[in-house]
Amino acid sequence: MTSSATPLHYLPITEAAAALSAGRLTSAELTEAVIARAEAVEPRLRALLSADPASARAQARASDLRRASGQSLGPLDGIPIGLKDVIAVQDQPLTAGSRMLANFISPYDATVTRRLRASGAVLYGRHNCDEFAMGSSTENSAFHPTGNPWDLDRVPGGSSGGSAAALAAGEALATLGSDTGGSIRQPAALCGVVGLKPTYGTVSRYGLVAYASSLDQIGPFGRTVADVALVLQAIAGHDERDSTSLRAAPEDFGEAVTASPVPRRLGLPREYFGEGLDPEVAAAVEQAVAHYRGLGCEIREVSLPHTPYCLDAYYVLATAEASSNLSRYDGVRYGHRCAAPRDLQDLYCRSRAEGFGAEVKRRIILGTYVLSSGYYDAYYLRAQKVRTLVRRDFLRAFEEVDALLTPTSPIPAFRRGEKADPLAMYLCDIYTIGANLAGLPAMSVPCGFTRAGLPVGFQLIGKPLGESELLAIGHAYDRVHQWGRRSPNL
Amino acid sequence: MGASLAESLSPGPAVSSPAPQSPAYEAVIGLEVHVQIRTRSKIFTRVAAGYGHEPNTLTDPVVLALPGALPVMNRAALDAIIKAGLLLGCEIAPVCKWDRKNYFYPDSPKNYQISQYDAPVCRGGAVEIELPGPARNVMGEHKRIPLTRIHLEEDVGKLNHGAAESLVDYNRAGTPLMEIVSEPALHSGEEAYAYLTSLRATMIQGGISDCDMEKGQLRCDANISLRPAGSTTLGTKVELKNLNSISFVRDGIEHEIRRQRGILERGGRITQETRDYDGMTGTSQSLRSKEEAHDYRYFPDPDLMPVVIDEAWRERLRADCPELPFDRQRRFIAAYDLPYTQTSVLVWDRPLADYFEAAVRLGAAPQAAGNWIINDLQRELASAGSAPAECRVSPSHLVALLRLIESGVLLNAAAKEVFIEMFATGDSPEKIADRRGLRATPTDQGELEGWCRESIAGNPKAAAEFRSGKDGAINALKGPVMKAAKGKASPKAVDETLRRLLAGG
Amino acid sequence: MNQADLDLDALARLARLALTPEEKATFQRQIADLLRHIERLGEVDVTGVEPSAHAHPQHNVWQEDEPRPGLTPAEALRNAPVQRDQMIAVPKVVE
Ligand SMILES: [Mg+2]
Ligand SMILES: [Zn+2]
Repeated sequence: MTSSATPLHYLPITEAAAALSAGRLTSAELTEAVIARAEAVEPRLRALLSADPASARAQARASDLRRASGQSLGPLDGIPIGLKDVIAVQDQPLTAGSRMLANFISPYDATVTRRLRASGAVLYGRHNCDEFAMGSSTENSAFHPTGNPWDLDRVPGGSSGGSAAALAAGEALATLGSDTGGSIRQPAALCGVVGLKPTYGTVSRYGLVAYASSLDQIGPFGRTVADVALVLQAIAGHDERDSTSLRAAPEDFGEAVTASPVPRRLGLPREYFGEGLDPEVAAAVEQAVAHYRGLGCEIREVSLPHTPYCLDAYYVLATAEASSNLSRYDGVRYGHRCAAPRDLQDLYCRSRAEGFGAEVKRRIILGTYVLSSGYYDAYYLRAQKVRTLVRRDFLRAFEEVDALLTPTSPIPAFRRGEKADPLAMYLCDIYTIGANLAGLPAMSVPCGFTRAGLPVGFQLIGKPLGESELLAIGHAYDRVHQWGRRSPNL
Repeated sequence: MGASLAESLSPGPAVSSPAPQSPAYEAVIGLEVHVQIRTRSKIFTRVAAGYGHEPNTLTDPVVLALPGALPVMNRAALDAIIKAGLLLGCEIAPVCKWDRKNYFYPDSPKNYQISQYDAPVCRGGAVEIELPGPARNVMGEHKRIPLTRIHLEEDVGKLNHGAAESLVDYNRAGTPLMEIVSEPALHSGEEAYAYLTSLRATMIQGGISDCDMEKGQLRCDANISLRPAGSTTLGTKVELKNLNSISFVRDGIEHEIRRQRGILERGGRITQETRDYDGMTGTSQSLRSKEEAHDYRYFPDPDLMPVVIDEAWRERLRADCPELPFDRQRRFIAAYDLPYTQTSVLVWDRPLADYFEAAVRLGAAPQAAGNWIINDLQRELASAGSAPAECRVSPSHLVALLRLIESGVLLNAAAKEVFIEMFATGDSPEKIADRRGLRATPTDQGELEGWCRESIAGNPKAAAEFRSGKDGAINALKGPVMKAAKGKASPKAVDETLRRLLAGG
Repeated sequence: MNQADLDLDALARLARLALTPEEKATFQRQIADLLRHIERLGEVDVTGVEPSAHAHPQHNVWQEDEPRPGLTPAEALRNAPVQRDQMIAVPKVVE
């Protein structure tokens, strides 16, 4: 057993790994603790869509055997890690939170899954999410909503809400989510953990259920920035199965976190601190800014003038790509097929109508509209040009500053059912979408709580492929405050 | 490309005359040809491509469009289309990209096809064709049929229709496919036939595709419309589908031209539709008329990156391009003085023509080599069912055989025997001739004269006839000499000796 | 965005979605609202701006033509709703 007072299921990876390699802890014990914790909290939290404890125990035993024979695979060997249920794991269900895939079993592993296996991680649990990663509250799951561990009546954010909530509740030591418009960072902020969306192309999308191909990116959730760096290290890198995967020089992110100096210049984009920002969120973020100022950082106001158009460009690009990406769910080769179809068209139309929820249908129709004959130039092409302008804004800002600091979400976790209007829900992502459009790395770091006890996070946006620097900047705050190590009363 | 010979052989500029039966209408035909590229793996994933396998044995997550699967392009498919474009004189785009063509159909696993919309690899270019000449041994008119574009896309799966359901096999899905679109510049079934023959040979000789229509490796749709002769606007077009042999393309088009002309002559109007031609019965029927307007919602595939084709890449492939069949034919005629009929056998079979040229390079007389290759070699290859490349008769052995014939060492009948054994054993003609004792014996003039005297004495009637001026009568005297010589005497020597003795009395 | 411009029936047909009258009415309103918001893109001066298909464009990303093993038929058809003779079955397709 570890000497730390922290329950096993709340250990940061860095500490668990130290205990494992010192022989003070086994992966079997750690995994058992996580499984027990999941069994205890799941009836109330409902972050999991499926889990295979037997498989997790077998993986843990294998890890312990490796370690005993001196063949440990590194810091993640034996660490229980959960996945958002949009990431393929061979012979396990893959639902994407959709009725369409309620009975789908993946015959193959995603690249990140293979990489986690190769790093010795114990894969445990597939987490709830908004259907096909479309949403900001995890209420769009076809199966059930997930509670926020800090207030079960509130949402965990989304679309990777299950993965953020599961981590915050101690059902894994780290989790993977996917982020198309903020789907890692916003739930990280709302659940009080760290969440990183890497530079587009850093982590392979092979085996990630596609929402919007040009924006989707897998990334880690961790309790600390250091943990996030360890998981990123395991999953990042070029993959020949993903044409959009970048060939970046290999880096040691774990090393970068501790080795890097304190940032010199941070930018505050003025467009991110305006109307709609909750005062308590603003205050917590201001505290983080003060911390950096105290470290000797120069804080500058910068401008990203095309910010007001990000949401619009995003909803054109994302829905257009989604309308095409989701065409494959047709009830033919796999997935839900309606009963007694009259003919082929009936099979298509009813299988899809029954298999998809309202948000997915809405986005498919919007995406179909913006791509339809005569509208392409006005919507899709124009949105792609606006993406160019948005990216230019960021690159111009990075001539002045090392990273940008913003709130992650304008508001803390809201009550379930509170945002019934789609547009109101979409506005949850106004601070996170820019980094997706520009393909930049961005991370949410917890920075305190509201008076009601709800977590708040700030966002750091870095230069293209600037993960090392971004992690170092985040760590310069996080190592002092460690808000992500606080645990909810569950 | 030298079109000069074709032009000089053409009666005039390449504009077709309207069908002779009805001067009132001219047919305008455009062809859309899909050619499967011969690669080992599929176009956007590395599972094997192939034909004739058990259903659904050539799939993977990408082929089946499983959740999370992503395409990565196969470089060999790009090489093939660039090569095709270079062969056909197309402009090769410096940059091209991939687009999604969105439509639902069960043979299309993603319900979109990865294709190229506004940036195809190839634009322009042409297919040179030859129309049937006035006789089999006379070259016909040549024309150049301009191409609109060639793009790359993925093939779909195969539907097998039952009574109540259709069954889908995805083995073919994801096979690389070129779509070769001609301008509406063809005017008859015969021209379409010639176009496909030429295109097919070019693709086969370029190593791009095997173009086996029975295996669906070459598929053709024809757009056919009629217009009053002299008009420049296009009439209402009918799309003819399921034309699964080159002859059916020709017949189907002729049938459709007759059908449309019949309607127009009765004062009717052509309905825009897609028709299915049944080559077995020679009839067609409407598949669907002017279907609901498709909206394919083309957009750039965000899962794939653009392709930049630079000079070096183009030139590497250009170096790998064979000479086009018609260019080779013109060269064979000009350089080797081969007869048209010989060239029109050789140039459509690249390995045979390569064999011919190898033999000529080694010193063979072109016409003699051509004869032996077209007659004897082809016959043996056909009966053995093998290809010229794996033939055991090396070009140098053929050259040696021709030398033995020329020098009178092997007489024709003996040479044929030797060749058959060369084909079977791969041995040199000298070795075989010795082994089998087939060399013509060095001329023993005394022995030959003896046989000739015996023949004249034994056939006084023929001898008298010859002496009275009937030259052909000498043939009757040759038979007994040849028989006595057991095939070893040269016919030339026999002829000369007989004439000398007959003249001398 | 004029709601009347939005032919929801045509869009649902293109997208192969059978919508209930209630869904149609809701989507008609919601999508019109969203499009009104999205149309602000028209305010942006994009003269001379290149479209970005990706944030980090690359080119000539390919694999060599060497086959790798795929799925077995059993794996390929594992999730098939209806199969027959090792093929996926659908209602008879009439062209
Ligand atoms: Mg076409
Ligand atoms: Zn095509």
